[in-house]
Amino acid sequence: MSPQQLISITDLQISFGENTVVSDVSMTLNRGEITTLIGPNGAGKTTLVKAVLGLLEPSGGEITRTDALRIGYMPQKLHIDATFPLTVERFLKTAAFASQSDREQALQAVGANTLLKQSVHSLSGGEMQRVLLARALLRKPELLVLDEPAQGVDINGQVELYNLIARIRDQYGCAVLMISHDLHLVMAATDQVICLNRHICCSGRPEQVSNHPSYKELFGVPGAENLALYSHHHNHQHNEHGDIVPLESSDQPGTDDCCGGHR
Amino acid sequence: MAEFLILALLGGIGVALVAGPLGSFVVWRRMAYFGDTLAHSALLGIALGVLFDINFNLAVISCCVILALILVSLQRQRLVATDTLLGIMAHSSLSLGLVAVSLLDDVRVDLLEYLFGDLLAITPNDLIWIYVGGAVVLLLLWRLWNPLLAITINEELAQVEGVNVTQVRLALMLLIGVVIAIAMKVVGILLITSLLIIPAAAARKLASTPEQMAVFASLLGMIAVAMGLYASWHFDTPAGPSVVVAALAEFLLLYSLPIRRTA
Repeated sequence: MSPQQLISITDLQISFGENTVVSDVSMTLNRGEITTLIGPNGAGKTTLVKAVLGLLEPSGGEITRTDALRIGYMPQKLHIDATFPLTVERFLKTAAFASQSDREQALQAVGANTLLKQSVHSLSGGEMQRVLLARALLRKPELLVLDEPAQGVDINGQVELYNLIARIRDQYGCAVLMISHDLHLVMAATDQVICLNRHICCSGRPEQVSNHPSYKELFGVPGAENLALYSHHHNHQHNEHGDIVPLESSDQPGTDDCCGGHR
Repeated sequence: MAEFLILALLGGIGVALVAGPLGSFVVWRRMAYFGDTLAHSALLGIALGVLFDINFNLAVISCCVILALILVSLQRQRLVATDTLLGIMAHSSLSLGLVAVSLLDDVRVDLLEYLFGDLLAITPNDLIWIYVGGAVVLLLLWRLWNPLLAITINEELAQVEGVNVTQVRLALMLLIGVVIAIAMKVVGILLITSLLIIPAAAARKLASTPEQMAVFASLLGMIAVAMGLYASWHFDTPAGPSVVVAALAEFLLLYSLPIRRTA
């Protein structure tokens, strides 16, 4: 692996019993780069991320990590039972490795210092995401893994959250791997978009459409330049069984980035 | 005061002390049915204890632990939903226990004593089991407190942060098994879970941190033991069920008071 690479994945396959969820996935995560994973429900995004985190053993292929890689993880959602009395401070303290100053610094970074003494049960969706992000930052990660960080957050909140993630990347110099719940909207600061549907359908940079006047008109939100449309150029499609079939109009020019992962 | 009353009070207080923090985890992690299942298997432990002539407490603890291990491995296979699995195991282990006990014709086992407890018949030897077992449980809880909280919040997050989730979860089941074994004398197999969850649920009303909830649950449990014994002495009611009714009274009282939760 080159020194720029944090994680390198080759020909990854993950199966549960007979069911192959992810196959032929090869990708690299580079220092300081933002990678966004998109794809329909059941495409294996979360499974792939769990393998990257080391929570799942791959059934085939290889995941190589740099030595003692510090990973910060933000799960999709916490299901904390309402009977569990927990303030934001106590929540962060359960990460035993972090010091008081680590906690303060992380909360500062996500702009959630005022939430310290609040109950986690009283937080709004956006506030909870910030607190979770703060927890992921406690280790001063080299790689930040975010599972649908913008889920349940309205469009203004999403813009803010994406700004925040971009700021954190600059501040901590960490790489970011995130799952986006939206097929079309990804962060403009994304260096690499990977479209997954059990295999990698296509990957590349998001197109720079955010300065387009009609785009601004559509969203009319300050800071919307941090959102971009990623247009898809697939060289194949999936039928209702999920099998790969060629595009009906196959005379489409093969776009450079769309390698596909064919079996 | 009669000596057997003092023994009963000491025994009940010892069990309530341990049941407080452990019961809090049972409530937070929604393991009430799991606790019930383990408790139901205790009778099987008694039968096996008679059969192989081993100490009842040891037999019950090992039976609970073995059942917990079987449960975890069956849960992984996802043959049936977890609550169905728990239902199957709870009732079949209770029935197996009842059948096994009836087959032991040379030994008379007082079923009612095991099903509903016999607090007033506690011997000094039982007390030793309760306090030694309880001390071990409290010591382990104290050592594992933070990782236990971490896996209760989110197991995957805890694992990414370096907690050995499987080990900690196993330890929690083991601790519950031990508490069931020592609490059986006080409230009996059928009512053990109530001693774990009712004081903890009542304590939720007063607590703003997990530690407070654990301590208040212990205190409320001890008060319930004292009240139940008093009622049993004065009105000649069965001791175990009287303790549970006292705990219920505490729960109802606390939930009817206008206390605002802070966390």
